[in-house]
Order: sequence, then C-alpha cells, then structure tokens
Amino acid sequence: MLRSRTFQIVVPALLVMALLPLGVGGYILGLLTLAYYYAVFAMSWDLLFGFAGEVNFGPSFLIGVGAYTAALLNHYWMWPIPACLVAGAIAAVIGGAVLAVPALRLTGPYFGLVTLVAVLLLQNMLVLFAGITGGEIGLDLPDVLSIDDSTNYYYALAFMTVSGGILFGLSRSPVGLILQASGQDAIEAAALGFNVAKHKMAAFCISAFFSGLAGAMLIFYLGTASVGTVVDIAVGVNVIIAAVLGGRRTIIGAAVGAIFLIGAGEILRPLGQLSTFVVSAVALVVILFFPSGFMGRLLQSGGRE
Amino acid sequence: MLALQILIDGFAISSLYALGATGFTLIFGVSGVLNLSHGAIMVVAAVIAWWVAGTFGAGPYLGALAGVAASLACAFFTYRVIVRPIQNSPSIPREEKEIFVLTGTLLWGIMLQEAIAYLFTNNPKTVRPLVEGVVMIAGVRTPWNEVLTAVLSWAAIGLLYLLVNRTRTGKSLLAASMNPRGLTLLGFELSNIYVLVWAIYGVLAGIAGVLLGAFLGVSSDNAGVLTASAFSIVVLGGLGSVPGSLFAAYVVGYLETMTAYLISPSIRTVPVLLLLVAVVYVRPQGLLGRR
Repeated sequence: MLRSRTFQIVVPALLVMALLPLGVGGYILGLLTLAYYYAVFAMSWDLLFGFAGEVNFGPSFLIGVGAYTAALLNHYWMWPIPACLVAGAIAAVIGGAVLAVPALRLTGPYFGLVTLVAVLLLQNMLVLFAGITGGEIGLDLPDVLSIDDSTNYYYALAFMTVSGGILFGLSRSPVGLILQASGQDAIEAAALGFNVAKHKMAAFCISAFFSGLAGAMLIFYLGTASVGTVVDIAVGVNVIIAAVLGGRRTIIGAAVGAIFLIGAGEILRPLGQLSTFVVSAVALVVILFFPSGFMGRLLQSGGRE
Repeated sequence: MLALQILIDGFAISSLYALGATGFTLIFGVSGVLNLSHGAIMVVAAVIAWWVAGTFGAGPYLGALAGVAASLACAFFTYRVIVRPIQNSPSIPREEKEIFVLTGTLLWGIMLQEAIAYLFTNNPKTVRPLVEGVVMIAGVRTPWNEVLTAVLSWAAIGLLYLLVNRTRTGKSLLAASMNPRGLTLLGFELSNIYVLVWAIYGVLAGIAGVLLGAFLGVSSDNAGVLTASAFSIVVLGGLGSVPGSLFAAYVVGYLETMTAYLISPSIRTVPVLLLLVAVVYVRPQGLLGRR
C-alpha cells in the first residue's frame, strides 16, 4: 500500500492541503472549502457511475434532499447542527433508495431521465412551497459551522479526506469489484452468483449518504440553503463534469476534477460571462482527447497496482 | 370559450413540441445518440433569426432562413467535432460511449448557450413573426402567427414523413435505424447516412427554434428546459419512435396548457413530470414504443 502510486500522490497532496491555511488568505481558503464539498459530491457520483454503471443525471436531487432536510430542521425546530447533519444524511439515503428502485428496472437513458425528473420535481416543490422553503431566495440558517475561515477549511478537508478514504477503500474492496462487474454486465454478474440488486441498492444508499451529508455540511458552511447552490441542474452538471474530467472509476480523480473546476471557474472570473464557456470548452477538450481524465492518465502511466 | 382557447393554444404549442422532438428522436433512432445540446441549438436558431431580421434589418424571411442555416451549421459541428470523434475513439470503451456522447453534447450545449448569452445577452428575444395580424377561429382571437406555427410544424413533419417513406435515401435512413451492419454490407456508406440525419435534424431544430422564437420568445437561459422537454416527450412516446413522439408532444402540450389555464401557470410542468415518472415506471418503453 505504501508503494502504490495512488498513495504516493495522495498523501503529499493532503499534507500540502493541510498546511495551506498557514500560507494563504481567507479568500482562497473559502474557495477550497467549497471545492472540497464539491469533491465529495463528485466522488459519490463516481461510485454510482464508475462502479455501479448507473448514469445519475440528478446528483443534486440527493444533495438537495440532504441539504434541505437539514436546513428545515435547523430553521424551524432549532435542531443542533450534528443532529441536522445526521437527519439530512438519512433523508438522502431514503432518497437514494427511491432512486434505486427505477434503476433496478430501467437502463441507460430511461434511468437518466428519471433522475433528471427527480431534480426538476424537487426544484418545483421547493419553489411551490416557497412560504416554507424560502423558494428561490433560500432559507437562512440560525447556526453555522464556524465563522473562522481556517476552521471551516479544516472541517471540509477532514470531511473530504474521510469520505474519500471510505469511498476509495470501498471501490477497491471485493464489494467494489462486484459492483463494477454488475455495472459492466449485470447478467453475467448475476450468473456468477452475485446479488446485483442488493449491491446496486447499497451503492445508491452509500452514494446518497455522502452526497446528502456533504450537501448538509455545505449549507451550514454557507449559512443559507438555496435552490441555486444545492438543487439546480447546473450543480448536478458541474458534479458530472468534475467526475468525468478527473477520471471516471478512480474516485480520487473526481475530487481532483472538482477542485480544478471550482478553481478554474474562479480564476476565469475576470472573463465574466465567458468563464463558463471557457471551463466547458476545456472540459470538452479533455473528454475528447484524454477520455480517461487527469487521474486516469496519471495512474495508468504508472501501471496497475 | 375557455375550452376552445385551450384547444387552439394547446394545438399550436403541441405542434411546436412535436417538431422539436421529431429531430431529437430521429437522431436517436438512426444513430443512437441523445443530443443534449438540442435546446441550445434551437436557441441559436431563434437568436440568429432575431438578430438578422431585427438588428441587422434583413426582414423576417431572411432572418428565418439565417436561423435555420445557423442551426444546420451547429448540427454539423456537433456531429463532426463532438459525436463522431467520441464514437470513433479507440480509448473509450464501447459501453461508455453513451455517457461520453451525453457529457460531450451537454458541454457543447453549455458553450453555445454561454456564447449566445455573451454575444446577445440573455434577455428574452421575440423573433418578428413571418405574418402579422389576428384571425377569429370560432370566436377565439388567434394570432396568424399561431396558425402559421401549427401549419409550418406539420408541413415540416409531413415532408420528413415523405422523405423517409417515399425516397431511396429516406429508406436507407430507416434501414440504418433497423440494422446498420446489414446496410453497410449492402454497400451504403454509414457515415454519409449519419451526416444526412444530422442535416435533417439541423433543419428541423432550426425551424422549431425560429417558430418558438416568434411564438413565445426565447432566451439563452431556456436551452436546458428545451432539451429537457424534448427528452421527456421522446421518452414518453418511446425512444426512437417518431409517431410516439408526435403523440407524446400533444399529451405534453395539452397537459401543460390545461394546467396553466385551469390551475396555475406556476405549476405548468409539474403534471407532465409526474406523468413521465408514472409512464417510465409502468411502461418504460414509452406510450407507443417497442422494446
């Protein structure tokens, strides 16, 4: 394990990230904090797509369910933050199980559409019941994680490291292999005696758990829950782009892609409206010419572990 | 009175939906590609038509023509620069081509949308209609433009029907959707057929975009919603089935119009989404689709 390529890349990178607050200002820390939460979104999505083979067009459904559950509990019933986080994650897992039911029956574009519709319905509901949910403006939260930039940064970094570690370990475990087999050829995997339905269901619940938890953490970092930050289709699109950009089926690549995406969006901000154009163009070029993404390339060149 | 109003308005909007979804389903049927830049291409057509007709001052007819030409160019570009390289790429495994095409066209759609927003701002734009004035249909004041929208949509769909069923080229399209390998064995160049399909698609999406721009007005922010509605209609009707899409377009069009008139315009799309989820659960192949 100590000699593996992934390990050699990840540990120094994490060390640098842990030391960053000593050297850089609050602005960059805030940016990275956001990026780390996105990294968890992207890694959870990669577990579903890269391993279980399910194209979830609506990662923001799971994120949004987790975030809004936490937000409503905190706003109306003044639940403490940890309880809200747990409730958000549980709600997201229930959402994930609901999504998994069609996934077990439908394939490809049909499933993709159901996930897309799930997001649109959630968004419509939030806007429709604007009196309770705050609608487009959002719901402000009485509690926040911390008002200190470094503390927030460390919360996000720790959360990303732990989630990433669990998701990565899972993907390399026998369960990950079975998932990968079910994703590539469900019939053959079933013929070999693996319970495809059970494994896929588990993948959905795990993905939902981390998405929902990250969504809930994110809103407690931002201090407000709004459709634009946790539910909008654009959020989901960014998550998908990040995961594909970083390299599918690598988990860690998804995190790299997310940090790159958030960073690039910020660096290009002076371009104004054109920044999204440039980010999309870069992502398109990567997809066309380096389909295995940043990490896929890096890991492949070092050979198999 | 209200019933008639719903009937007429619903018919016009449904015809437009039908036209928009036909091109989308045609591409899927023949080459298995779901083009997520669909909405953005329609927006490009509408905005270019608006610009050429209005700001540039070339009149509505030249404007419409320019819009369709722009959409055709975008469709070609989508195929040659994004879809075909991904399909031919040796480093993408076959079972993952689909997601790469989806992601690629999605990104391309965002690029088009952002480019339009940058060049022409994202304010809603209404294309100058080809004909002005209103007509009374059974006592309902209807703009001529609304009539024209329905007529042109159906004319385009009718021409497509004739092309596919009555000409040799069209029959090769049909054959490509059934058995591409067999067609190649008979000496047809598959890539030519794909180029043709994308050309037809470009024209259909262009007409739909220009008509939409004249009927309801278009902003670059609509691109995503337009793609989603074409996608829903096509899945509702059965992926790859053109009659299914036409039927589904009317179901969606009327359901939306009825919701907007009878309940509230703010939940216009909700019943459609619920219907879609129900259909996909109970009958995943769509209303008229075959497995």
